Amino acid sequence: MTYLTENWDVVLRLTWEHLYLTGLVLITAVALAVPLGVVLAHFRRATTPALGLLGVVYTIPSMALFALLIPVTGLGTKTAATALVAYSQYILVRNTVAGLRGVDPAVEEAARGMGMTGWQMLREVRLPLALPVILAGVRVAAVTVIGMASLAAWINAGGLGVLLFQGLYQYHPVKMWTGTVLIGAIALAVNRVLLILETKARHWAGAG
Amino acid sequence: MGVFVDAVRYIAANSDRFLEALGIHVGLALAALGLGVLIGVPLGIWAARSRIVSSVSLNVLGVLRVVPSLAVLVLVFPYLGLGFRTALVALTVLAAPPVLINTYVAYRDVDPAVVEAAVGMGMTRGQILRWIETPLALPVVLTGVRTAAGEVVASATLAAFIGGGGMGEFIVNGLAVNNVALLLVGAVPVALLALLFEGVLAVPEHLARRRVTS
Repeated sequence: MTYLTENWDVVLRLTWEHLYLTGLVLITAVALAVPLGVVLAHFRRATTPALGLLGVVYTIPSMALFALLIPVTGLGTKTAATALVAYSQYILVRNTVAGLRGVDPAVEEAARGMGMTGWQMLREVRLPLALPVILAGVRVAAVTVIGMASLAAWINAGGLGVLLFQGLYQYHPVKMWTGTVLIGAIALAVNRVLLILETKARHWAGAG
Repeated sequence: MGVFVDAVRYIAANSDRFLEALGIHVGLALAALGLGVLIGVPLGIWAARSRIVSSVSLNVLGVLRVVPSLAVLVLVFPYLGLGFRTALVALTVLAAPPVLINTYVAYRDVDPAVVEAAVGMGMTRGQILRWIETPLALPVVLTGVRTAAGEVVASATLAAFIGGGGMGEFIVNGLAVNNVALLLVGAVPVALLALLFEGVLAVPEHLARRRVTS
């Protein structure tokens, strides 16, 4: 425990790096996946091949994905972030499409009957109703990305993975455990927060 | 394109090393998957029958779910040392949970009316498990096995960090000596291997599902 009391500033910095990387990844990934999901929900024929392609990326082991990107984007945060964004697209797009497809056609019909345009329907009816399923995808993606981001340390992108690698190379179990517990705690906390938002969205969608 | 040519040249010049690493990678993944099934399936069936076992195992797995694969691999090292055996233990820890969860859900969700009917026909518990529950549960169990396979093939790459061998060694060395071609020698086959495992394991799953629904 002396490690923690003497090095809390380092641990704090690595925790911040980890949060920053995963936050950046998740925001970028959602910003890409939701529009893509909206488009795919519209063009049914393109859905299967597009999800198949994203599924292939999702199947590639993270370390191989990092390695394949190094020749293109070099070492560092850019490569780690790109790999993690690419990896989470499958979960996020799949759930966005499933959420939008799950909207009751009668509700869409009613919205059209009220004279809503396509955009209004999307913004005020379809996306709010699909939100619980989209958020479930964000939750799964978040937990996965938080764990996978520990590999970022291997390509000099920092984060709590640094403690795992230092623990390994310096034979320092306390460092490993510190890193593991903190990564796990972040994942549990984020999971909990997103679960609450998901429940809220579900109530809201049910009441609306 | 030059790096791809270099990568292929490297494989041609070091084919014995390449094949050895590939063999270790596949062997490690298959052994861990086998052990994961041996642990996960019986525990999963037991959990479906006992409330205590299910609540204990679901709680343990809930915690395990947020531990990164990399952390599982490095954490085993101080206690078991470097090498293949350590990697195998870590990969088994990663392989068992998806199998257990899916087995539990699959057996739990077998329609009680079907089991009831089998009891009425005079079948023993063993017969019911073998002829009624297992065929009905199989598709979901096999989905869990496929998920576990993806996990072990991916994490067997990370085994290189703890001296477990496998294709990850080319990636680790490639990065260490800044050799892009060497990175690809590891990364491309690993990616293909993961897709191959996924594709091959989808076949029995598909067959089992068709048998249930027909």
